[in-house]
Amino acid sequence: MSAVDVQNVTKRFGQTVALDDVSISFEDGGFFALLGPSGSGKTTLLRTIAGFHFAETGAIRIGDRNVENVPVEKRDIGMMFQNYALFPNMSVADNVGFGLRVRKVAAAEERRRIAEALELVQLGAMAERRPSQLSGGQRQRVALARAIVTNPKVLLLDEPLSALDKTLRVDMQIELKRIQREIGITTIFVTHDQEEALTLSDRIGILKDGRIVQVGPPREVYDKPVDAFTAGFLGDANWVPESWLSALRLPQPANGHSFAVRPEALSMAQARLDGMNAVAGRLTQRVFAGAMATCLIEVEGQKWKLIARDRDIPEITGDGAVWLNWRPEDTMAVRA
Amino acid sequence: MSRSLLPLIGKLWLFAILFFLYAPILVMAAMSFNASPFYQLPFELSTRWYQQMAGNGQILSAALRSVGIAMVTTLVATALGTAASIGLFRYDFAGKKVLMVLLFPPIAIPWLITGTAMLIFFFAIGIGRGTPAVIIGHVALALPYVIVTVTARLSSFDITLEEAARSMGANSWTVLRRVTLPWIAPGVVAGGLFAFAVSFDQFVVSYFLSEPGDSTLPVLIYTAIRKGFTPEINAISTIIIAVSMLIMFLATRYSRFAGDR
Repeated sequence: MSAVDVQNVTKRFGQTVALDDVSISFEDGGFFALLGPSGSGKTTLLRTIAGFHFAETGAIRIGDRNVENVPVEKRDIGMMFQNYALFPNMSVADNVGFGLRVRKVAAAEERRRIAEALELVQLGAMAERRPSQLSGGQRQRVALARAIVTNPKVLLLDEPLSALDKTLRVDMQIELKRIQREIGITTIFVTHDQEEALTLSDRIGILKDGRIVQVGPPREVYDKPVDAFTAGFLGDANWVPESWLSALRLPQPANGHSFAVRPEALSMAQARLDGMNAVAGRLTQRVFAGAMATCLIEVEGQKWKLIARDRDIPEITGDGAVWLNWRPEDTMAVRA
Repeated sequence: MSRSLLPLIGKLWLFAILFFLYAPILVMAAMSFNASPFYQLPFELSTRWYQQMAGNGQILSAALRSVGIAMVTTLVATALGTAASIGLFRYDFAGKKVLMVLLFPPIAIPWLITGTAMLIFFFAIGIGRGTPAVIIGHVALALPYVIVTVTARLSSFDITLEEAARSMGANSWTVLRRVTLPWIAPGVVAGGLFAFAVSFDQFVVSYFLSEPGDSTLPVLIYTAIRKGFTPEINAISTIIIAVSMLIMFLATRYSRFAGDR
């Protein structure tokens, strides 16, 4: 296990700049999510760390070794691919043991470690099956066992859960987190699923157009986005119209910033509440979804969204005129 | 045209094609077992021509030479063709499209012209005629068949399998041996069988490039027919057809024509 350090890495594909002077550090033993829309460079960054691409400029360190000129097979990484990439001609045990055999581990040791890895992903009974005889979730676990059996310095995951359906995906998220904790391996995880990134990781790196936009713990990135892109990408953001700014208590310094509120920070009432920030609007739609409900409110011609427990939202009668209140400290200031 | 008539015509058409394709072969095969040297009926079962053929040293040595040349051709063409297919599959490089297009004329150009061109060229560069020239010629002819077959199989290969193997520490040789080749093996075997068939059945190029007295089986048969036909030729031809059909049957079984799983 080791820290991974990326310094000033630039990578081009022809005319396209896939990574533009990217610097980012991954702490030893941490679970790190790289999040961004497609084309943001997150996968390129992961594959550059893995060694499938060589960066034009910059340095990459895994542990105490500079690896920017080291090919994939010598970087001592474990990787999980989006489509599992299990070898169809080999049994589960042979798939998991592949990296050990390449490293010429003794047969008895190899058997022990395969069994251990399969035990860890709870697939001990499947060792002799072929990948084609496994379900999607099981294949996923085999791929994970295969990636960690060699005790690599870093575990790289390229959207490993995107091929699974919703329920299975949540199970696998929990499982992945448990295993990562158990073996304490530095893990870098590429995803375009915001919720997945927030759930799983201790730190999130947000990428856009080949640049790192923001790095931090999930809560910090969610509560204090640095710009409008991050604010809108990690969740919904309601933007405060300029005309209301003077009536609100805002984080300082306010100059050069725009202000937004998360839908779940809002509460709706027929009056402006004391000590709260508030804007007036008109309720246009209320969508019931079991425990939660979503309200759409028009504020100065903009669509605002409120999410709350259905029972906490009062019935609004008449023409739908409402006040949206929120605590001043829930106001997000982002670079304009 | 009515609906029931059209399929009927189709069927008749198919039977006509199969009939004109296989009837002559069947007649020849039958006649190779007929005692009469002049195709006289009634049919009288006899293995006379096969015995006579087995005692014919010329035919046997030509057959051995043909098999030997076909085997060498198969090995060389399969190795080169597989390597070429993998290279074309894995890498993008300048002139790749041109190269791929250039691989196919040997299939399209009449063998007579290819043969003539090779003969002239081999004399110009000093290889001349003889078994090495025949082998080079056959490899050149067989190569596109191998590449087409192996490439078809490769098209269903998932390149991330190679990446996965590399991420686990495998070098390119191990990746090839343990991951890529096992997947394309059926295509490689099929390509090899095609190469064998192309070489073993090859007449025109062999005729131009082999030295007199050093001929392959098809060349020997041709010369024998010119001197005067004997039912021995039926016998050897029947054997060749049986071998070729077996090879083609195996090749299509392995490649299933499209390279599906």
